[in-house]
Amino acid sequence: MLDLKIRGQVSIVGVGTAGCGEAPGQSELELLAQATYNALKDAGLKLQDIDGLATANLNAAMWPLNVVEYLGIRPSFVEGTNIGGSAFIAHQKPAMLALLTGQCKAVLVCYGSNQRTSPFGRRERGQARNLLDPNIFDEPYHPFDPPSSYAMMAARHMHQYGTTRRHLAEVAVAARKWAQLNPEAFQRGPLDIETVLKARMISDPFTQYDCCQVTDGGAAFIMTLSDRARDLKKKPIHILSNETAVWHKSVANMRDLTVTPSQESGPKALASAGVAIKDIDVVQIYDAFSINTILALEDLGFCPKGEGGRFVEDGAIAPGGQLPVNTNGGGLSCVHPNMYGAFATIEAVRQLRGEAGERQVVGAETALINGNGGSSASSQSTSILGTESTV
Amino acid sequence: MNSPSSNPPLEPSVQTYFDQLSLGHFLIQHCTSCKTHLFYPRRFCIHCSEDSLEWVQPKGTGFVYSTTTVRRKPDAGGDYDVSIVELDEGVRLMSTVQGISPEEVKIGMRVRAHIVSAQSEQNKVVFRPEDSSAQGEQHA
Repeated sequence: MLDLKIRGQVSIVGVGTAGCGEAPGQSELELLAQATYNALKDAGLKLQDIDGLATANLNAAMWPLNVVEYLGIRPSFVEGTNIGGSAFIAHQKPAMLALLTGQCKAVLVCYGSNQRTSPFGRRERGQARNLLDPNIFDEPYHPFDPPSSYAMMAARHMHQYGTTRRHLAEVAVAARKWAQLNPEAFQRGPLDIETVLKARMISDPFTQYDCCQVTDGGAAFIMTLSDRARDLKKKPIHILSNETAVWHKSVANMRDLTVTPSQESGPKALASAGVAIKDIDVVQIYDAFSINTILALEDLGFCPKGEGGRFVEDGAIAPGGQLPVNTNGGGLSCVHPNMYGAFATIEAVRQLRGEAGERQVVGAETALINGNGGSSASSQSTSILGTESTV
Repeated sequence: MNSPSSNPPLEPSVQTYFDQLSLGHFLIQHCTSCKTHLFYPRRFCIHCSEDSLEWVQPKGTGFVYSTTTVRRKPDAGGDYDVSIVELDEGVRLMSTVQGISPEEVKIGMRVRAHIVSAQSEQNKVVFRPEDSSAQGEQHA
């Protein structure tokens, strides 16, 4: 059996974002391309250096072909698996293996979405997707998804563990406070617990503040072997591990609505990285909804199952709290162009490089990234990243 | 035949389910090998990998495993309930609890299945509170 030592052997060498928030008039490919340009400049690489591609998109069935053609690349490694927004994180291990086995030398992981400002709107896209991929056992009941599915997860968590709407609000407010320190964040206005609690319900127990933003945005990052990364422009950020778990599609078929696939991917990723949870300096959790952060903190092992609500009390994950979570403002307040996995990764890299400005977590050496995909935490992927000192 | 309006052809097991529903029968699958129930319908048993599924009529009772009220403007039809119901056979399905206001639907509430038909929609399984004296969650 092939025995590869992969811990820290691959690094992220360039990152770029584009059009976070609103980017009217730009296509998905243009946003992806602008982010790619920014990532190439950040790394000091050229498009001609890219011979691996990982990408996913919700509208095109053969999206890697769109990207290959637009960028004019002929990659020898392509990863186009789409398991929702945890793609781009879940793409990391396949890309690491491709780099380590010599299949390619530089992998571009990239995404773009104009879901907020596109004239072909969210409603029409949703209808088109439902036509092609109907969920005939759920649709007759008209869940307002994804909010309704995550709302039922939250309701069950509240029922089993005494989690409260105030706990959920703590997550939303913490994300906003981080966003206020991030010039790239889309929502930076004031937000307090009472405002969240008094807001109009969308799908109980969620108000609009429990739900992620609907924004445009592009994101790209580039991976190479760490040996090569050391000769490039920026301080390499090593991928210590990446593990993915995929459990279901519909929330009705989720075995326990209070347990997410992170309970599998998280401990495996930590074990592969040889990192204990107490050694994680900064955490990026895909917060599609406020409950996601609470569930992930539990399933990853930051607190026992059921204690996530109490864990986030009193600003514990906000700036100045005990654990820095979603330091860019997350999907709730920074950016959420449908699939957020690449953005979570990029924020972790910026933190570990020390490039996060006002929101910088001082001395951050290790980061945990936790992706989420599907309309009910269907797939999740966990990566552990570290600076040179952790390898 | 009153089958779903979706375009792709349905798998035979799924077609059987909807055909029976249109006749007023709510059926689920039961595996004669490993004795488990399945919902939604599958081609073979995903618990034991055997091709040994039969259709059975569930008792029709269960409890609300989780629930949400979807908020909608009154002129668009008003608020409505979406729930996940766990049948006493141990399987879950997405549905809605009717007969009480959406805010009154609570996790653990005992419910009973009813088949409703509506114009332009296929028959569907909905739930109503079983009775006010029944206790909460009962696992089959």
